[in-house]
Amino acid sequence: MDYIVKGFFEAFTLLFNQDAETFSAIYSTFKVSAYSMIASLTIGAPLGFLLGFYDFIGKKQIRIIVDTLLSLPTVFIGLIVYAMLSQRGPFGNLNLLFTLEGIAIGQTILALPIIIALTATSVESMEKDLIITLLSIGANKKQILFTTLWEVRFGLIAASLTAYGRVMTEVGISMMVGGNIKWHTRTITTAIALETNKGAFSMGAALGIVLLLIAFFVNISVSFLRRK
Amino acid sequence: MKLLNKTTLILLICIGFCALSAFAENTTLMMATTTSTENTGLLDYLAAHFKNDTGIELKWVAVGTGKALEYGKNCDVDILLVHAPATEIEYVKKGYGIDRREIMYNDFIIIGPESDPAKIKSLTVLEAISAIKNKTANFVSRGDASGTHKMEQSLWKDAGVSAPDKESWYIQTGQGMLPTINIAAERNGYTLTDRGTYIKYENNMSGNPPLKILVEGDSKLFNQYSVIIVNPKNCPKVKLDLSKKFSDWIADKNTQKLIQDYKFQGKSLFTPNAK
Repeated sequence: MDYIVKGFFEAFTLLFNQDAETFSAIYSTFKVSAYSMIASLTIGAPLGFLLGFYDFIGKKQIRIIVDTLLSLPTVFIGLIVYAMLSQRGPFGNLNLLFTLEGIAIGQTILALPIIIALTATSVESMEKDLIITLLSIGANKKQILFTTLWEVRFGLIAASLTAYGRVMTEVGISMMVGGNIKWHTRTITTAIALETNKGAFSMGAALGIVLLLIAFFVNISVSFLRRK
Repeated sequence: MKLLNKTTLILLICIGFCALSAFAENTTLMMATTTSTENTGLLDYLAAHFKNDTGIELKWVAVGTGKALEYGKNCDVDILLVHAPATEIEYVKKGYGIDRREIMYNDFIIIGPESDPAKIKSLTVLEAISAIKNKTANFVSRGDASGTHKMEQSLWKDAGVSAPDKESWYIQTGQGMLPTINIAAERNGYTLTDRGTYIKYENNMSGNPPLKILVEGDSKLFNQYSVIIVNPKNCPKVKLDLSKKFSDWIADKNTQKLIQDYKFQGKSLFTPNAK
């Protein structure tokens, strides 16, 4: 209990004093999660839409695969991405190992199934009634498509938030692909892991609280967007 | 025309970034090292001086010696700072590393509860190890192929007792040194640790740790740290010139003095011994 109280005060001291090391980790966390969110949304949202909107052969099987990928362990993704990006791996010459971009690749793999599955579900859940309504008021195919796209925006926000939560809090990929390099690839979660390893529990708790605060503000701004 | 301008601009920006990153590449040195050098803060301290003296930025990943060597094998780093001499010599022999250079040491100690259930206080290290096994007192091992773990395994071997594995009193944590010490404290057990990490631990516990130093000063407990350059024959892209600079720099007598002067709680953590 003592740790947590102490950590809480330490968190505020770190934030108010704009501690350079803490802010470097916060910055890295933001940067890397922004990369991976942009990548997974641009790839995942259209795929999820296709999967939810159209009927085709093998749709069920693809759905099962996507749902299975939802439970990919982050350390496993980390291991695979490490093997790919290592100088000994097929993409070694891109020099992406131990960089934020490298972490973002792993986190995109983590976020992609979430975005696809949740987008598909929200498209599916609204589609039928909506199309009947649209047809009855005489909408053409194009209009049906765009209306569905517009109506699915809340589902997309929910999908992004879920994915963002997962990406922000994962530690396996950031540790294995990023290497937890101070000032460069140290994120909030890998910093927590390190501080705990050093026995500095209250510092770890402080960083955990910072992460929670960030999540809190992200959610507040999203709910503000929703009201509009 | 407008489109063309935009494309050229984007291209120019890309080229600029590439040049910039290539430039940054040339002045950063990537090192794989052990957790003890990071946890004690030594590397933060040395990296700042290194940058001042040479303009080269040192980046490092801190993992166990086993993993550090693996990173070197895979060409993912340029230089290694590790502490498992026998394994290192084998490593260089196999052609994965060159220019192995001993630069500093500290020592290992066996710590345990004050009550000392196996009565190992002031024994030699091999006697202590046998006593722990005979009394089946709890012993907590890193179990992670780190330098400390390798040292512990060689101690079991030298003591002529078969290395424990499945015995219930032998606890393998698979974690870093400080978590392992904490687990040893929780389980009232013994563990092998490097002195630097112990000093840090002592400080975390406000100077009154539940685990005390019971065996120390045995010549077998000498803990040598060395720098090894990743072999460019094995890894053509390795930054040989920067690695050489670092290797020379850390063995230089001014840097050796810096290592000597690095203290925590008034105690020296590492003793320089470059030749």
